[in-house]
Amino acid sequence: MSGDAGDGDLEENVGQRFDRLPATADERTVEGRVSRAETLEYFADRFGIPPETFDDHTFWEKGAGKIWIYAGESPTPVELEALGMTCLRTRQEHWKPTTDFVQRFGGHATDCVIDLTREQARRFVAGEDQDLEWDGDWGYLIAAHTVAGEREPLGVGLYLHGELRSLVPKGRRRDLAGRT
Amino acid sequence: MEPLERYRPIVDDFEAFLEACRRPLGNAVRVNTIKASVERATATLDEEGVEYDQAAWNPRVLRLETDSPGSTWASYHGFTHGQEEVSAVPPVVLDPEPGDRVWDACAAPGGKTTQLAALMDDRGTVVGNDSNLGRLSALRFNAERLGVTSIAVTNQDARNFSMKPLAFDEFDRSLVDAPCSCEGTIRKNPDALCDWSVGHVKSVSGIQKGILRRAVQATREGGSVVYSTCTFAPEENEAVVDYVLEEEDCRVVDADADLEYAPGLTEWDDEAYDSSLERAMRIYPHHNDTGGFFVAKLEVTA
Repeated sequence: MSGDAGDGDLEENVGQRFDRLPATADERTVEGRVSRAETLEYFADRFGIPPETFDDHTFWEKGAGKIWIYAGESPTPVELEALGMTCLRTRQEHWKPTTDFVQRFGGHATDCVIDLTREQARRFVAGEDQDLEWDGDWGYLIAAHTVAGEREPLGVGLYLHGELRSLVPKGRRRDLAGRT
Repeated sequence: MEPLERYRPIVDDFEAFLEACRRPLGNAVRVNTIKASVERATATLDEEGVEYDQAAWNPRVLRLETDSPGSTWASYHGFTHGQEEVSAVPPVVLDPEPGDRVWDACAAPGGKTTQLAALMDDRGTVVGNDSNLGRLSALRFNAERLGVTSIAVTNQDARNFSMKPLAFDEFDRSLVDAPCSCEGTIRKNPDALCDWSVGHVKSVSGIQKGILRRAVQATREGGSVVYSTCTFAPEENEAVVDYVLEEEDCRVVDADADLEYAPGLTEWDDEAYDSSLERAMRIYPHHNDTGGFFVAKLEVTA
């Protein structure tokens, strides 16, 4: 991971800089950086989100393993405050999508989506963990409920040992008690 | 209300104006069409028993009958965003299209920036800039919550904004929603006039002129620039536009939106302004039962 002076191809991930993800692992110059292909494969394999969903988007890394999704134009590398929205954490054993990404694109998912009742949804967005039955894969899930007749993603949950943990960030939690 | 007395000669039905300024403002939200259609957003509010009225001039703006517009499922999902009704006017006047390159020079906390992105169907590039790093975190929070992926966020002084970090060297459209003395927000913030002084109005107008000049320079020939403030002071409105008309290649075009407003001024105190400033909009609180706003639209010329 260190920028070895003897190896010009091995570059470091620079903390304040956005670098566009390489198309494939073969084009990678920064050790540990994921490729666009691997990112699309993860969303397809884990959640069944079709890769073409992201045909109009590029993916970027800023900060170790923090992946951003962007629809606009930009040179690479580039130093600015934000490029699109954060979408995925890599560089850890299990990759983890963000709540905001799941709310925006989770409607395309067919796998690893847990449908909650309104009361369970209320507890989820309040940040509570709850005991629930789930016979799919353990790990990071998309929690969803039905709003105005359609499934709508709420955010990311972690399912382990019969428990759904809410990973809604503190600033996004809401107390919707009293709302039907 | 004392600082508002100076506007008695220019405001039609001044007593109605003062009376409106004394009334608190209700809660308005904008439907975020990146996440939900107006139909879906209103169906969600219907389902949770929240009542609303659609603004006559814009079906995407809803006046909510609730004290906590943030505590709804529609808000949690990012279908709606709390935004004062009249502050939704400048992006509508700028009228960006999908694929455009758009600059929001004073973007934080992002109500108008995210509205621009929604008007573009989240396609193209919206550069959201603000000089204040702390306020930028609010912009980023709002943009992510509303699912905006077409935004690049920069932290520069807009008066000498550098295009260097960008993939292009001019914008199609720019919005300058300038820092101002905020007289028009009195219904939302009763303290808005507490620090009012002619000195402050004059000093902030210098900053406004610098930002608007840079916006005209950074926009391509034939492109549009919208200048807006939430204040009534002609020194911060017509005088700023008049100055930039002298200094840069641009002209005032009609700033039209389907709500009631008064035309911009062509004179104030001993000053005369370009006659084209009549094309600007002065939105007063008693016109549409909203806050106050000034909006002018410029076209960049050769």
